[in-house]
Amino acid sequence: MRTVERPGRIIGFAEFAVRGGEKVTALAGGRLACSRYTSGQSFRRPTRKLENVEVDAMCPWSQLATSFAVSENLSIFNPASPSAQSIVDLALLTFAISALIFVVVEGVLIYCAMRFRKQPDEPAGEPPQVYGSLPIEVAWTVAPALIVFFLVLVVSRTLWKVKPVVPEPHAGDHALFVTVIGRQWWFEYVYENYDGQRLDFITANELHFPVSDDGTPRRVYLTLHSADVCHSFWVPRLAGKTDLIPGRTNTMVLESHELGQFHGQCAEYCGEQHANMLIRVVVDSPTEFKAWLANQAQPAVENATVRAGKEAFLAETCVNCHRVRGTPAAGDYAPDLTHLMSRETLASGMIENTPENLAAWIRDPQAIKHGALMPAFKLSDEQQELIVRYLSTLK
Amino acid sequence: MSTVEPTGDFELARAPGQAPAGLGLASALHAWTTTVDHKKLGIMYVLMSLVFLVVGGCEALLMRWQLFYPRNEVLSPDVFNQLFTMHGTTMVFFVGMPILIGMGNYLVPLMIGARDMAFPRLNAFGFWITLLGGLLVYFSFATGGAPALGWFAYAPLTETTFARSPATDFWALGLLIAGVGTIGAAVNFIATTLGMRAPGMTMRKLPFFVWTMLWTSMQMLLAIPPLTAALVMVLFDRQLGANFFDVQNGGSAYLWQHLFWFFGHPEVYILILPVFGFVSEVIPVFSRKVLFGYEFMAAATMAIAFIAMGVWAHHMFCVGMSKTLDLYFALATFLVSIPTGIKFFNWLATMYGGRINFASPMLFSFGFLSLFLIGGLTGIMLGAAPLDFQLSDSYFVVGHFHWVLIGGTLFGTFAGIYYWYPKVTGRMMSERLAKWHFWLLYIGFIVTFGPMHISGMLGMPRRIYTYDAGYGWEIWNQAATIGALIQTPSYAIFVYNLVGSLWKGKPAGDDPWDAWTLEWTTTSPPPPYNFEEIPTVHSRRPLWDLKHPEDPDWQYE
Repeated sequence: MRTVERPGRIIGFAEFAVRGGEKVTALAGGRLACSRYTSGQSFRRPTRKLENVEVDAMCPWSQLATSFAVSENLSIFNPASPSAQSIVDLALLTFAISALIFVVVEGVLIYCAMRFRKQPDEPAGEPPQVYGSLPIEVAWTVAPALIVFFLVLVVSRTLWKVKPVVPEPHAGDHALFVTVIGRQWWFEYVYENYDGQRLDFITANELHFPVSDDGTPRRVYLTLHSADVCHSFWVPRLAGKTDLIPGRTNTMVLESHELGQFHGQCAEYCGEQHANMLIRVVVDSPTEFKAWLANQAQPAVENATVRAGKEAFLAETCVNCHRVRGTPAAGDYAPDLTHLMSRETLASGMIENTPENLAAWIRDPQAIKHGALMPAFKLSDEQQELIVRYLSTLK
Repeated sequence: MSTVEPTGDFELARAPGQAPAGLGLASALHAWTTTVDHKKLGIMYVLMSLVFLVVGGCEALLMRWQLFYPRNEVLSPDVFNQLFTMHGTTMVFFVGMPILIGMGNYLVPLMIGARDMAFPRLNAFGFWITLLGGLLVYFSFATGGAPALGWFAYAPLTETTFARSPATDFWALGLLIAGVGTIGAAVNFIATTLGMRAPGMTMRKLPFFVWTMLWTSMQMLLAIPPLTAALVMVLFDRQLGANFFDVQNGGSAYLWQHLFWFFGHPEVYILILPVFGFVSEVIPVFSRKVLFGYEFMAAATMAIAFIAMGVWAHHMFCVGMSKTLDLYFALATFLVSIPTGIKFFNWLATMYGGRINFASPMLFSFGFLSLFLIGGLTGIMLGAAPLDFQLSDSYFVVGHFHWVLIGGTLFGTFAGIYYWYPKVTGRMMSERLAKWHFWLLYIGFIVTFGPMHISGMLGMPRRIYTYDAGYGWEIWNQAATIGALIQTPSYAIFVYNLVGSLWKGKPAGDDPWDAWTLEWTTTSPPPPYNFEEIPTVHSRRPLWDLKHPEDPDWQYE
């Protein structure tokens, strides 16, 4: 049996149970990889930032046990931005009102069910018939109406908070403007403007932006489009979702007061691989972000040692869909590869960006992400190796 | 009383289901397939729905199996997507609506003292075309796979660019013609209720279930045609090269969402209003008290039917509407809670001071009350627009609408089936099996759909065929699957009880529950002509008046 390395994110009972053994081999994890990737190479799935623990699941039950450990909390109650926070405030208020109604009404129901249950020794005959009561009816019409009135007030307050007007970019605004294009099944990011400076580069799947300080908010204004079907942009810790609808322009705003990675995914069913249209948001410090911007703005690096690889890449159909700025490859249908190696993942977050995974992806994308629009091109081993070597230099 | 259409001499000549000697099965089959009798059609509607319920349930079990583990590989993504499309389509169009229409068909003429529906042939047409619609939708599997669209089939996924196989055409065509059947049924219910009531039964004296069926029918009449139009547009796009939803050629994906939800939201009330009717019949009889606040209940039903026509875009809070529109649709959504609250409080007031007998119909009504409340409250959370930006299209929504449609519609429908089964068959169902059915379903239901609210709040979107480990979603998905396995035997017990009681059930007599509406005056099962003599009615509870001549209801109404 081949060993598949599967970096896990899971700690706790499962790890404890499995770590007893000397060698950690992933059976259940490997089962996944085995059946998914038939060509015999090993795979790494993307590592979540927080932990990097080898994990294994020897049987379904230990897989079950892994569920108790949470390594990353995408909960809507774990907000990292002011807008997500104000939704939490609204949620808590709504939940509290609902809980109150629940306790009162369910209480009365259970009381009625217990108290007025037919007793075996009750005399025959019917209980008193009560046909209704106007004052009571008015009372229980007005009471919910008041609650509704109150809810409308708090909803409008939150609504105006989380849907701000998008300003025009100007110098010194610390604001980033990005156009997001939803595509089956990945996100394209067109960086338009930062701090009043015009940007002009395109990247995919991993959205970088700078962290906000207490004094300086650094907001990200997203313009949302779709190139094919409806999608939805959802990163629960940063904001509610907004749909990307073909033929329509939507906007949303992101902001984060925390550094690090935030995960999310497409939330509107968009076809076969909807489940694997994953989003990673990377919030950098302002200096890191500036460096990242500067790097992304550059055309692709020229590296003489991979000249043969570059030629192989340009000679194949890759260039019909993919773009590598600074070369004749100018396709605008598939992810921009100019700085492919600056991304952590491939296939919109499905697998980690390693040369092995890249080779496997090029060999047969359908084996990894069935239905993805990139076919297997049946390249020779040599061509494939040359192309992977070339792409690996695109830092 | 208006004239009654003859239901065919051939049928009137003998008792229901009884074949002339020597012909046997073929003749029974002939009798059932050619019948225009509202009772036989009602039974066939309900049986058809139960078959589809089992099919849709199996689809759900397969999906729960796939989601049991993160990155599980039992089903391929495409198959999973087909399953949730078919599950949703089946449950809404071929279980929910036909089972309620079927029960309405059986009960409305009996409850208003009529001999049949106003248009018996239209009635038969409606049933057969609904069945044909369901079969057409399932025929899509024969094209190599069902459509993978989701039940609300957001454009442009339905365009030939994205859905190349004819599966989508069969799906659209099936829903279209089933919708025609539904519109026919709606017209029939309205005409029957308005024109064929027994002497003395004014609109203010309608049995409550008939009142809810009337308003359900009004909603069907208003809501189904937009869907029909939208489906015709899809078929034009696919077959004739129109571009209604083809964005590249100037169509609008957004238009479909409005058209669909203009149907889709009233649809939810179509699926719940008749159930309000069931429990409004069951709770008084089993609490031995008159329905509290009939007029307010009736007004609340009307209010729900009206408000429900103006809330559709709360399914679309995330499409980027203006804040004003968001606020309007949030407000309208909250408004529904007022009449719904009125109903709820009146049911409680009916139970209060009663002598409650927890026989199976009341047990399921109790299940309905205790669960539907929660579905209503999560509905308020989803109606709060900014909160919906987080919860929309997450598993929270899946939990919410199953809570309403199973905890509400299905529990209430079971209450109705246990209540009227003795009337339909002349036999009682087993109370012991009914209790098993109830508790397995009640517990299994909570274990299945409760956790979905949590995984939704943890960021799990709906309609994903798989998910990564490590977000804390596994445990909740595993619980949901286990809950589904707890529920499964409850349905088997129900079917066993339903079929077995035909032979083993105690004879029911005309009026086993000591009830108050007209259907209980005739024999069980009723003769093809329903009543030997059309009764005259003086109050909302004609049988109360008969049983208590010293204290009749009409004194108080």
